[in-house]
Amino acid sequence: MQKMMTIISNVLRGSASRNGAQVVSEAASMVVSSRSYADFTPEATFDIKKVDLHRLEEGPPLTSTLTREDGLKYYRIMQTIRRMELKADQLYKQKIIRGFCHLYDGQEACAVGIEGGITLSDHLITAYRAHGYTLTRGGTVREIMAELTGRRGGIAKGKGGSMHMYTKNFYGGNGIVGAQVPLGAGVALACKYLGTGQLCVSLYGDGAANQGQIFETYNMASLWKLPIIFICENNQYGMGTSVERASASTEYYKRGDYIPGLRVDGMDVLCVREATKFAADHCRSGKGPILMELQTYRYHGHSMSDPGVSYRTREEIQEVRSKSDPISMLKDRMLSNNMASIEELKEIDIEVRKEIEDAAQFATTDPEPPLDDLCSHIYANEKPFEPMAFMDWNPSLPPNIHQRLPTRSCPTHVFNRPSARALVQTLYTQRECPAGAIPPYTLTQSNFTCSLMLH
Amino acid sequence: MASLRCFLRSGKNAVSLVLRREFSKSSPVSVQVNVRDALNQALDEELERDERVFLLGEEVAQYDGAYKVSRGLWKKYGDKRIIDTPITEMGFAGIAVGAAFAGLRPICEFMTWNFSMQAIDQVINSAAKTYYMSAGQQAVPIVFRGPNGSSAGVAAQHSQCFAAWYGHCPGLKVLSPWNSEDARGLLKAAIRDDNPVVFLENELMYGVPFELSEEVLHKDFVIPIGKAKVERQGTHITLVSHSRCVGFCLDAAAVLAKEGIECEVVNLRTIRPLDVETIEASVMKTGHMVTVEGGWPQYGVGAEICARIMEGPAFNYLDAPAVRVTGVDIPMPYAKILEDHSVPQIKDVIFSVKKVLNM
Repeated sequence: MQKMMTIISNVLRGSASRNGAQVVSEAASMVVSSRSYADFTPEATFDIKKVDLHRLEEGPPLTSTLTREDGLKYYRIMQTIRRMELKADQLYKQKIIRGFCHLYDGQEACAVGIEGGITLSDHLITAYRAHGYTLTRGGTVREIMAELTGRRGGIAKGKGGSMHMYTKNFYGGNGIVGAQVPLGAGVALACKYLGTGQLCVSLYGDGAANQGQIFETYNMASLWKLPIIFICENNQYGMGTSVERASASTEYYKRGDYIPGLRVDGMDVLCVREATKFAADHCRSGKGPILMELQTYRYHGHSMSDPGVSYRTREEIQEVRSKSDPISMLKDRMLSNNMASIEELKEIDIEVRKEIEDAAQFATTDPEPPLDDLCSHIYANEKPFEPMAFMDWNPSLPPNIHQRLPTRSCPTHVFNRPSARALVQTLYTQRECPAGAIPPYTLTQSNFTCSLMLH
Repeated sequence: MASLRCFLRSGKNAVSLVLRREFSKSSPVSVQVNVRDALNQALDEELERDERVFLLGEEVAQYDGAYKVSRGLWKKYGDKRIIDTPITEMGFAGIAVGAAFAGLRPICEFMTWNFSMQAIDQVINSAAKTYYMSAGQQAVPIVFRGPNGSSAGVAAQHSQCFAAWYGHCPGLKVLSPWNSEDARGLLKAAIRDDNPVVFLENELMYGVPFELSEEVLHKDFVIPIGKAKVERQGTHITLVSHSRCVGFCLDAAAVLAKEGIECEVVNLRTIRPLDVETIEASVMKTGHMVTVEGGWPQYGVGAEICARIMEGPAFNYLDAPAVRVTGVDIPMPYAKILEDHSVPQIKDVIFSVKKVLNM
């Protein structure tokens, strides 16, 4: 445990070196609030942590220029993700959300930074810790929360749940660990095939990084030079197993072997953004796949059923929160460079809180999906398909009991036809029935199976 | 018509009128095509018709296909449309599904359906369920195809029938063609369908020739998915089957006909969605049923058909319990004598018919 803490704090402290902002005093804040927005620094350049490289001569730049506009945007989105996840936590504990709920708080810089390095016409696919990405890819908080509570206003009409949310150019939300990586390569294949110049970002965690299908995907993506960015979100734990206990090599950015790799500070949104831009350029220039490892941290446990403290200490979580929180890092940067005022950021916080409250209200009051939706969306582009259980079904029975009434009118000639047995008997009037013959309809299990084998 | 009148008016010799070729009654053009070639032509035509269709799998390109089903296609369409993959089923099946997500129409070949078990998660969880989970936002227009069921002497790990396994899953369409017409029409329908389709071919049928009419050879000939075909009309008993066993049923019916027993043979063509209406209509006519399949009996296709008949109106018309003829409930042995006795044979079908008819 102590060793784990040391490793994690060493990893993340490096990124904390730029954080030293002073809290503005009361007097100063009053002065600041009276200034107009024109007094703010429109953009500033920050030093960012150097990226570890694998099979690359050069990496992303060591500085990143942040505009005030982008800074406020990133702050708002990260804060929205944070608040949304915390609200989901609350609703889960109230049993309004059920089943699986994997929360993303702590990792916001990854989702927001990646989106800052690509465009909405690029494609993205991730695993089950997907609420943040659903938002950055164009979903609204209302739709996401209503999906978590299983209501008809949900982004998948309540039929998908936490792990199966989709929007344009965002392919979920996938429940099976690792399966999303080959899917992402397929999307990249389509980008190359159709010549769109788009790329696909395919995310997976440190736990999934050992999956065989990911290595199969590395191979094919490299062979065929697919425009895919593999991203390993290394939050140090795969469920309850630390990276040391799961992987013979924890240098996930090197696991692509022949694929160039970058190890990036995933708690710094600017670092993630620059690395993503670098990776996107690499892909778009036709060089094939590239791999990024984002070193990040989740505050919650693996899911809502995991308290998250049996395999790591509260001190460790607290240390990361105080030294490397992505939202605090951005906030301190902006304040210390006079890119925003504390009031302005507080305003954003209030607006975000309101948005989340409003969404939670919607998510708890919106009605559940209608029962008609039970069997819809089985097949695409067809008349509403009625699964077998529903054909001629008895309306007084529920749909999971398979009994159908003889509703078809019976042509009279069928009743009047002699049975086949009788017909056959007439052909064999000469035949004697052997003594002790088995009476009809007693084909027992034993005599049937034997007879099939013994002709 | 006008030219005919011209002839008459011009007073041409009546003989030349007779010698003129008749307009409408040319003899039907029918060709002997084996199942392999039928599949090959269907693939070729669909690749030509839609730019988004492409084929990927092991040995499909430069080797011309492990069973030569994709012969000539790589030469014609090139690397972009016909893709050789490494031996990584889970990976390339996932890639195929992802390509379908993003707007292409992949045909993913498994060298045999046994290898699909390595990729079954992608077929079921990523392909079959996605349209439902996304509430209709994400369609998956993909075809998975390959030879299914027993072959000759390939032993236990290469002989399993997957009709029941895939037929179990909502969201999939599962097709099982028997002859060349089925192969051609169903494959074209599968490729044109916007849903994930599992296409179960049969290796032993690849080389078998069938006559195809001009209508079937037309480039837009498709067979509707979800519709069974009555291959032979009969009155005494219904034989329900799919894939290679349909041939056994027809052969058995020919033998039984000599004894005065007229069998109605139903070729399922589609395992899912099952055309229970055609089966019911047939059973209501004959009053007896035998199902014949190559797969294992427990929880199989025949079991499903028997359950559905029992649940529905046709039950009242049954004069005897239905009987299932299936592969024996064992892993496929290698020795020829054992292998021969592990799969349904014509004599098993005849025996069962007589058992059901109490003869």
